[in-house]
Amino acid sequence: METIIEIRSLTKRFGELTAVDHLDLTVAKGEIFGLVGPDGAGKTTTLRMLCGLMDPSEGSARVAGHDVARDSRAVKDQIGYMAQRFGLYQDLTVEENMVFYADLFGITGETRAQLTAQLLRMTRMEPFRTRPAGQLSGGMKQKLALMCTLLHRPRILFLDEPTNGVDPVSRRDFWAILYQLLKDGITIFMTTAYLDEAERCNRVGLMHKGKLIRCATPGAMKAETGSATLEGAFIQTIHAVDGATA
Amino acid sequence: MWERIFVILRKELIQALREPRMRVLLFVPPMVQLIVFGFAVNLDVDHARIAWMDMDRTPESRSLRDRFTGSGRFDIVSAPGSEAEVQRALDRGEAQAVLRIPQGFARDTARGRSTEVQILVDGTNSNTASLVASYAGSIIAEYSVNLMERQQRVKVLTRSPGSAVSMATPQVTARSRVWFNPDLYSRNYFVPGVIANIIMMVTLMLTALSIVREKEIGTMEQLMVTPVRPIELMLGKTLPFALVGLMDVVLVTVVALLVFHIPLRGSFLLLLFCAVLFLMTSLGAGLFLSTISQTQQQAMLGSFFFSTPAFMLSGFAFPIRNMPVAVQYLTYLNPVRYFIEIVRGIFLKGAGVDVLWPQMAALTIYGITVLSLSAMRFQKKLD
Repeated sequence: METIIEIRSLTKRFGELTAVDHLDLTVAKGEIFGLVGPDGAGKTTTLRMLCGLMDPSEGSARVAGHDVARDSRAVKDQIGYMAQRFGLYQDLTVEENMVFYADLFGITGETRAQLTAQLLRMTRMEPFRTRPAGQLSGGMKQKLALMCTLLHRPRILFLDEPTNGVDPVSRRDFWAILYQLLKDGITIFMTTAYLDEAERCNRVGLMHKGKLIRCATPGAMKAETGSATLEGAFIQTIHAVDGATA
Repeated sequence: MWERIFVILRKELIQALREPRMRVLLFVPPMVQLIVFGFAVNLDVDHARIAWMDMDRTPESRSLRDRFTGSGRFDIVSAPGSEAEVQRALDRGEAQAVLRIPQGFARDTARGRSTEVQILVDGTNSNTASLVASYAGSIIAEYSVNLMERQQRVKVLTRSPGSAVSMATPQVTARSRVWFNPDLYSRNYFVPGVIANIIMMVTLMLTALSIVREKEIGTMEQLMVTPVRPIELMLGKTLPFALVGLMDVVLVTVVALLVFHIPLRGSFLLLLFCAVLFLMTSLGAGLFLSTISQTQQQAMLGSFFFSTPAFMLSGFAFPIRNMPVAVQYLTYLNPVRYFIEIVRGIFLKGAGVDVLWPQMAALTIYGITVLSLSAMRFQKKLD
């Protein structure tokens, strides 16, 4: 399988604190990878480094063949990034938000019109195209944010807790869209706090105190710990690590 | 590059003009300031209220009184008869000054002896007080000269009857003519300064706020993963407010000319050009503020922190020459100072580039420095 994300000894320090500690990981093309772990484990920082928003203190990462620190502009053309609190312009309409992001990527004219229409259809957001983003429901905002990151046809999608605070129905809709994208060959790298979502990933990585302590398929993780649920498997793994260091 | 700048610029304008609050914020404060400074702030002393305490009650004291009322600068509002009444008139602010003619005023002057007229001035407003005192002083001095002449004449005539004697008494009088603002309207002084004030407020605060708002709502992080370069983002964010600032200059100038009849003796194009020079500084300062503030409140407070001293030390309201010498040197660091000098020069003196080039050069150097320092701080990374 073709490797699309290659992380080598990636480290980020903020003063005394080591937020990400020598992380090694590879993600294959077309895979959906879930990064899980307690708050403050370093998931968001990892994601930001992979998107070229932060420079690593140590180590390196190659995304879609480009080094994230040295060649961040090339990386940005290949990826879509949806931050935990995705910034939509509340006073602009759904369409204006989409046009703004499309234009920044240089996607204009006929291509833009086609893509916008296609995305609106896929997310069933067509009826709301002239509504200001501030007046959308939580689930619809999430969909709009996703559309804005897809306008330049990225090969990899980075999602930081994309369904946080979204109702179950909207979450199901959202996943339906993600599956559609996977079918189109897009690689998805996400962080999540919902373990039922982690269960849907091809592989999950468990982060704890800046370290990647386990990385496997959800099934393998459960089998190793003999736990019936992924939740139980995570808690056992974390406790085992904490016990060993204590 | 320009396409992306234009995309951001268009978005800024849509946002700025869509929100009613913002629309109001862009154009109402300039008008309010203009009206306040044009109509309300008036440092001229006209019809000062004075109390007239005449303890002499003679034709001579009345003739001095006539000179006061005839000057048009004073209105006599009361005639206190006792010290207590004088006290009360000043305490209550009924009179801004009290003139006291001593008993024996006419007798002493008739005998050729010196006599004193007392002026009691309410000094709570030092500016008004000094003006009132100097107006009153000049009326009394004039009266005194007149009196002297008359007595001289009488003396000469009585001493050597019949002989031809020159009646002239040598006199030196100061005849001042005021240039550029002949009637000394404080309005002419203040209204052009409002232009500097407004550009500063609009560009400094709005630039800082609009960038920090993107940080607050999280769109900044999103913009960072687009191909937008920092310089493009910077220009896209500042140009709309530069445009608004220039529109405000036009607006204020038109109102100043039509409503307040402020003379515009110089070139309007030069004024606009200098406004652009000044804009570089205030936009740069706004950018700088945005790099050090995380929230809109911080940006707001920061802009007050910057603009208040900048105004106090600009010569907009308080003449720089009256400041302590050390502070006077400090004002050379203040870009607003140069722009105020330029604006007043163009409006009131009709000054051109030949006169204003030092100020223009100072603004240019200042603008380029501030702008490039802020640009260096304005990165597109999170940490």
